[in-house]
Amino acid sequence: MKERTTPFIIDNLRGNKQFPTVWCPGCGNGVVLSSIVRAINKLGIDKNYVTLVSGIGCSGRLPAYVDVNTVHTTHGRALAYATGIKLAKPEMEVIVVMGDGDSLAIGGNHFIHTARRNIELTAIIINNRIYGMTGGQYSPATPTGSISTTSSYGNIDQPFDISKMAEVAGAGFVARSTVYHVAEVEKFIEKGIEKKGFSVIEVLSNCHTYYGRMNKIKGPVDLLNYFKDNTALNTTNIQGNEDKIQRGIFVDRDVRGFIEEYENVIVKARRQKKYSRT
Amino acid sequence: MKVKNIPYYGASRIVRDISCDIRESDYIPAFIQGNEACVEAAIMANLGFYGGYPITPSSEIAEMFSRRLPQDGKVFIQMEDEIASIASCIGASIGGLKSMTATSGPGFSLMQENIGYAVMAEIPVVIVDVQRLGPSTGAASSPAQGDVMQARWGTHGDHPILVLAPGSVKESFEMTILAFNFAERLRTPVIILSDEVIGHMREKILIPPQEYVLIENRKQPTERPASYKPYSNDTDVPPMSVIGQGYRHHITGLLHDENGFPTSNKQEINRWYDRIYKKFDDNIKDLFMYDEYMVDDAEYLFISFGISSRMAIKAVDNARKEGIKAGAVKLLTLWPLDEEYIASVVAGKKLVVVPEMNRGQLVYDIQRISEGKVPVKHVGRTDGVMIDPNAILEAIK
Ligand SMILES: Cc1ncc(C[n+]2csc(CCOP(=O)(O)OP(=O)(O)O)c2C)c(N)n1
Ligand code: SF4
Repeated sequence: MKERTTPFIIDNLRGNKQFPTVWCPGCGNGVVLSSIVRAINKLGIDKNYVTLVSGIGCSGRLPAYVDVNTVHTTHGRALAYATGIKLAKPEMEVIVVMGDGDSLAIGGNHFIHTARRNIELTAIIINNRIYGMTGGQYSPATPTGSISTTSSYGNIDQPFDISKMAEVAGAGFVARSTVYHVAEVEKFIEKGIEKKGFSVIEVLSNCHTYYGRMNKIKGPVDLLNYFKDNTALNTTNIQGNEDKIQRGIFVDRDVRGFIEEYENVIVKARRQKKYSRT
Repeated sequence: MKVKNIPYYGASRIVRDISCDIRESDYIPAFIQGNEACVEAAIMANLGFYGGYPITPSSEIAEMFSRRLPQDGKVFIQMEDEIASIASCIGASIGGLKSMTATSGPGFSLMQENIGYAVMAEIPVVIVDVQRLGPSTGAASSPAQGDVMQARWGTHGDHPILVLAPGSVKESFEMTILAFNFAERLRTPVIILSDEVIGHMREKILIPPQEYVLIENRKQPTERPASYKPYSNDTDVPPMSVIGQGYRHHITGLLHDENGFPTSNKQEINRWYDRIYKKFDDNIKDLFMYDEYMVDDAEYLFISFGISSRMAIKAVDNARKEGIKAGAVKLLTLWPLDEEYIASVVAGKKLVVVPEMNRGQLVYDIQRISEGKVPVKHVGRTDGVMIDPNAILEAIK
């Protein structure tokens, strides 16, 4: 069933918030914003039991527009804040939105350790392959050779493969899509939220203002077309597309999450307390 | 804050004025370390969450919590570093739990940015810094009092902060209870500045029964979500909602308006700044705690804190034996200083000495407040050895 746009917006976005957003017109962040809202709605989760947490960056501004509990933390530390929130309120769906610099450079250590704990959080990484907010410097996800405001001669670093890293670090669910593939993004977020352990959804996104402009993929539409032409879904059209960026669900495994394990710790500790008293 | 004299327990800032029969057998005698006292007090204050990273000389705190907290269904988590530790504590506090972390110099440095977040977003959290010697890795198990200014100004930008400094195991217990009470009452981070000696020293204390101790909790909103302003300027400390209660408001480290949304409006920024300073200024008489020792007729005054205050008191005794009229003030609150009190207590003295185990930190504020009317001298040490009471006495001869 197709929702009517206006009531949907009134129900899910904050009426007292100033629109338009702080983002450049056409920024991919908007697509991720609406995908998150639709996924929460589809799952029918009570808004009071959703907390959106973010770090610092253009992506960090996303939660402020959504009518759930929202926490805009410090650069790189969103997952650590979210860990505390989730442990204090295990019944809360805690969704963390981060940029590629936010989650992989300054927050890289928290990212791998959150995955290692497989704690029951959903992380959405908006990978625009650049530092948007600070003016287009290269990030750990910037492709080799790309131009940025701090790599005028071409980036010499190799980029992280976010999804692979999440997988080896221990995340229970890992998926990748792009802002061109809106329905897919929504579906992956939905699955990620439903999954019990740590879920990572990487969304390739367009920062036409910096990445696009400096790398000759000028407008938002050109970047969206780039995502359409240069990615392939891992389940269907692998053959002949091996050199394209893979989209799809890469990991979907049932490993016990941190909170589930911690409940066992409590049981053991209580037993010991009982015996030590008698 | 008034000091009460409670039967058996002695001078107290945490035990209620109770008229019912108080029995000695209600108190639990304990021969414990300062770090342990911290743990016992935090549990009594109803700590719900501890997130930390091991570092000497604070590690016992984490070890004890890792055993104790799960026994009561509370959370202990060892995070990947001190940045994550403080961040997880702030997150847990947003989730409604009283939270705490403990560390020493190197970790305290890493925590600074996020302590600022707790100031900005007005989230209660307690941070224990068991001071060790030197910058960088320094000397892990040597005492020092070198983090006085870092505790005051460690995070960037103008901000008020509350820093408590215990000088004994009993005070470690009391300051921890009070740290939680103040954090909750003022919606602010509170730093407990302990040191290696206080943390590891064993002393006998009497742990008061839970019912005797005043425990405060954050004020929660009663209004409807639509009219709730998490950062209202109508009161010094607006009530703090817990996520999940239906308020669904925004929390940010950006300067914000009364609803919590980012602002660049100069009036809104000024109002926020005025309020967060006002909540400290209006409560200064409660926040600022000190003990006086023979100051009434003193011509010489030693102002000190933590472990050094014990040396200062010993120096007073030695001076009095020689017929020198000396007195001491032990500061239990380092920041904010009650400048009115300091100015009045130093007035008319021949000399004021500030013994502290550093190269001069608190002394500069005492000098500033004295406005040159009274000479103020520093006695310090930075080799991991406590200040000799005779060195303090020498300073006035
Ligand atoms: C500790 C710290 N260092 C640096 C910054 C400055 N800073 C703000 S956002 C940002 C990078 C943003 O890039 P990314 O995380 O990829 O998010 P985007 O803006 O692209 O969404 C940086 C370096 C900061 N806020 N805090
Ligand atoms: S700078 Fe880039 S990432 Fe930031 S809002 Fe503009 S397009 Fe989006």
